[in-house]
Amino acid sequence: MDALSPLPPPVRRILPEGPPTVAPVPPAANGHAPHPQNGRPTRRMPRAETTAVERMRTEALSIAYGQKLAVNEVSLSVRQGEVLALIGPSGCGKTTLLRSLNRLVDLTPAAARGGRILLDGEDVDSFDVTHLRRRVGMLFQQPNPFPMSIFDNVAYGLRERGSKKPSKRALEPAVLEALQRAGLWEEVKDNLDHPALALSGGQQQRLCIARSLAVRPEVLLLDEPCSALDPISTQVIEETIVSLRNEIAIVIVTHNLQQAQRVADHVAFMYLGDLIEYGEAAQVFGAPVAERTREYVSGGFG
Amino acid sequence: MQQLGSPAPQSRDRTDQRAELLLGALASAVLVLIAFMIVFVFTKAWPSFAHNGLAWFGPGGNVDEQLTNIFNSPADPNDYVYTLHAWPLLYATALITGVSVLLATVISLLSAMFIVEFAPDPMKRVLQPVIRLLAAVPSVVYGLIGILVLVPFVGNHVVTEPQKESVRYVIQLDGTSVIVGVLVLTVMITPIMVAIVTDALRSVPRHWTEGAAALGVNRWRALRTVGLRAARPAIVAAAVLATARALGEAIMLSMVSGSIGFAPNPLDGVTFFFEPARTLAATVVDNSEGLSVKPFGQTVYAFAAVLLVSSAFLSFAGWAARRSMRKYTLQAR
Amino acid sequence: MSTRTQLPAPPPASPPAPMRPLPTESSWSLGDKIGVAAAWGAGILLCLIAGAIVAYMLIRGIQYLDLSLLSTHPEVGLDQSKTGGFLDPIEGTILLTIIGTAIATPLGVGIAVWLSEYGRPSWLARAVESCVEIVAGTPSIVLAIFGLLVFQQSFFGFLSFTAEGNAVFGRSFFTAGAIMSLIALPLVVGATREALQAIPSHVREASYALGKDRIATIRRVLLPASRRGIGTGVTLGMGRIVGDTAIVVVLLGASLQIQPENGAPVWGLLKGTGSTLTTYVYNNSPAGEGNAPEKAYAAAFVLLIIVIFLNFAVDLIARGKESAWTR
Repeated sequence: MDALSPLPPPVRRILPEGPPTVAPVPPAANGHAPHPQNGRPTRRMPRAETTAVERMRTEALSIAYGQKLAVNEVSLSVRQGEVLALIGPSGCGKTTLLRSLNRLVDLTPAAARGGRILLDGEDVDSFDVTHLRRRVGMLFQQPNPFPMSIFDNVAYGLRERGSKKPSKRALEPAVLEALQRAGLWEEVKDNLDHPALALSGGQQQRLCIARSLAVRPEVLLLDEPCSALDPISTQVIEETIVSLRNEIAIVIVTHNLQQAQRVADHVAFMYLGDLIEYGEAAQVFGAPVAERTREYVSGGFG
Repeated sequence: MQQLGSPAPQSRDRTDQRAELLLGALASAVLVLIAFMIVFVFTKAWPSFAHNGLAWFGPGGNVDEQLTNIFNSPADPNDYVYTLHAWPLLYATALITGVSVLLATVISLLSAMFIVEFAPDPMKRVLQPVIRLLAAVPSVVYGLIGILVLVPFVGNHVVTEPQKESVRYVIQLDGTSVIVGVLVLTVMITPIMVAIVTDALRSVPRHWTEGAAALGVNRWRALRTVGLRAARPAIVAAAVLATARALGEAIMLSMVSGSIGFAPNPLDGVTFFFEPARTLAATVVDNSEGLSVKPFGQTVYAFAAVLLVSSAFLSFAGWAARRSMRKYTLQAR
Repeated sequence: MSTRTQLPAPPPASPPAPMRPLPTESSWSLGDKIGVAAAWGAGILLCLIAGAIVAYMLIRGIQYLDLSLLSTHPEVGLDQSKTGGFLDPIEGTILLTIIGTAIATPLGVGIAVWLSEYGRPSWLARAVESCVEIVAGTPSIVLAIFGLLVFQQSFFGFLSFTAEGNAVFGRSFFTAGAIMSLIALPLVVGATREALQAIPSHVREASYALGKDRIATIRRVLLPASRRGIGTGVTLGMGRIVGDTAIVVVLLGASLQIQPENGAPVWGLLKGTGSTLTTYVYNNSPAGEGNAPEKAYAAAFVLLIIVIFLNFAVDLIARGKESAWTR
């Protein structure tokens, strides 16, 4: 080293295998606190135990907006009984892929789709798109309850589908069940006629979950559902997601690697439209096969 | 009004203060003008109300005869005739305005939904100038087409002889009628509403429309349940605007709906629509020459006063309705 | 190079039967289909009505409009071939539009500037805003008879003809023009305010930072930038003035030809009476005294052309409206 030309200070790198540089979080009151080992939080949700049944699959699915290819020949499988997490940096096509599963990309005029999507073995283009969307529900990043009462929000999907409008009496059991499954019933059972927009952010998102569940979907797509919420609401929603896992196939897009590690059973890592790695969560996070995956999972880029 | 940044303190010189005073005076001139208008019109109108009391608004006798009597009052102020029962005019105004606004609301909601969701692109491009054109046509041209085309058509081809016979002793059915007035007025006020409602439907937040689509609801249902609901304040505003326009329409209606102060009789069945009627605004236009005769002028100003109060009441009702809807919109957040 | 893992082998269980049988009925109920059909119907109806109006007026206009009508004075008479054309009404329309716009523009811009840039005290600003809305919502016939009431006071005798016995006539181009400006005023105020509010605040701040006071900023920076918006408002106002009949019927006197009062040429003209295209159409229709539907059609056709042209001009002005500040 030449003492006459001082080198700039080195860029600090936080090595994934090194000792934790942040003090561990003390355990929370409910005893579900993460215990950090090697700087990485461990799963606190139990893993799926039943054999997963495939409900949807994509075969060489490609989606392009105009000239730009957003998703490039992706094949993966969505199974009931487990949670599939789509991870990857911004702009990698995971949201586009998610929105193609319920054909919401069809609402964008410039979008074009190639390859196949199958729901229970049927090509998704072969039947009416509204029927598809009743079987494949979606939750959005920003909670979007309609400007109506809580009851009307949850009952919306049930009312607006067919010629006979069911009476409020007839809808009450379905609304009750949906709100219970979403974990919102206790908080709103006395206020069902209040405007939905008066709820807090986390409650609104759970209301949206209840709204989607009311139509009894077989698959539920979640587009970064907790990114606008505080940690407590996030925890509640993650628990809800895991509790629904056995009846509904769940796909969640998330930016948050820790969230993916907490809830996912299968993980698909996408980068710039390509599916880089797809496998069980333990394998993708613990021992990723692809170099790119390893870099992403260890925080090298994102 | 905005307070956008404040000028540098040392530049608050007299030019700026003088300018502010001048402009403020100009703006207050409008205030003074409206105040004058209200005061003048009501002062002029008062004797007519005072002499008739609440019976002014009620039925009784032939309005046209009463107006003629007022016009022919003797010159002595003590002998002025004021007797007037304006019910036929009020009834005609409410009838024609109400039915037109109702029809216009339905047509404009449907057209707006068509433009926003179902119209193919070429039609969308055509409809915009179409709406502008319909809004721009002067009322006298609407009246001309009405009186030269629709009125003879109704009078000669739609109204049947037996219908004319049935009311022969009361009124003559020559085609100037409620139905022509309502139809032309509807065409006149629909463009105003369509423009406002289309804007409102287009600005329904995308997350609501996507949310409804994601639940498997078809386009029509989603638009009808979520879109129209989100656009409710705008729909109310459009309806209020349209009603104000309809109330004030004098020229076209005076050409087309009849020059007789007759109260159409619903018990006449279908003939009801073919009977003539004359609204308050049309009555004012028809009688605007005789304003120099004092009691007559005061009666006409009384009509104007009723119109003024109705527009004020309308604006207030619209404001109150939009306020009560606010709890369901995004502003609640 | 990215490596791609293969799809894992499918699980041994066969895919279950779908939770619900595939629905056979369409998701569009009968009510929905009727609704969509009605929406289509409404759209098509509006196009048909507009088309019919334009086509009909075109046919009648071409049939009855003769260019000589545009340049001959109208006469009163029973024989239609001798009643001349409608030059005076055209002049009357132009004159009234000029007067109305000349009053409404400075007044409207001034009010808009005060509301947007000053606006103190705030109760006054709210009151002024409400008053402008009241003017916008008042029927023109009410404004007209109010105008008559005001201008028949002897104080305003200089604006129109005064008969013997001190009865002020109250009807003249002046008085009609003054009230016409009221119906254009809300449009000018609205468009100017929109244009002023579209100018981002950093422009104002830059001007103040250079030491300019508010009025100088308004005069030198803001108003020139709002020219297009003001132009739009003024043209919209002109369209309303051209199309209004009620005010003219009440406030312009009933003379067919332009009849100036004695006095200085321009002043006398403004104090005099006359007619406009709108009252000409009204009077020649079966609702008025004339009974010359052909002349009425011709004049209405000219009127329609003027109004369509003004609307087209609004579009042209507004199209160049991309604000230079937002680049």
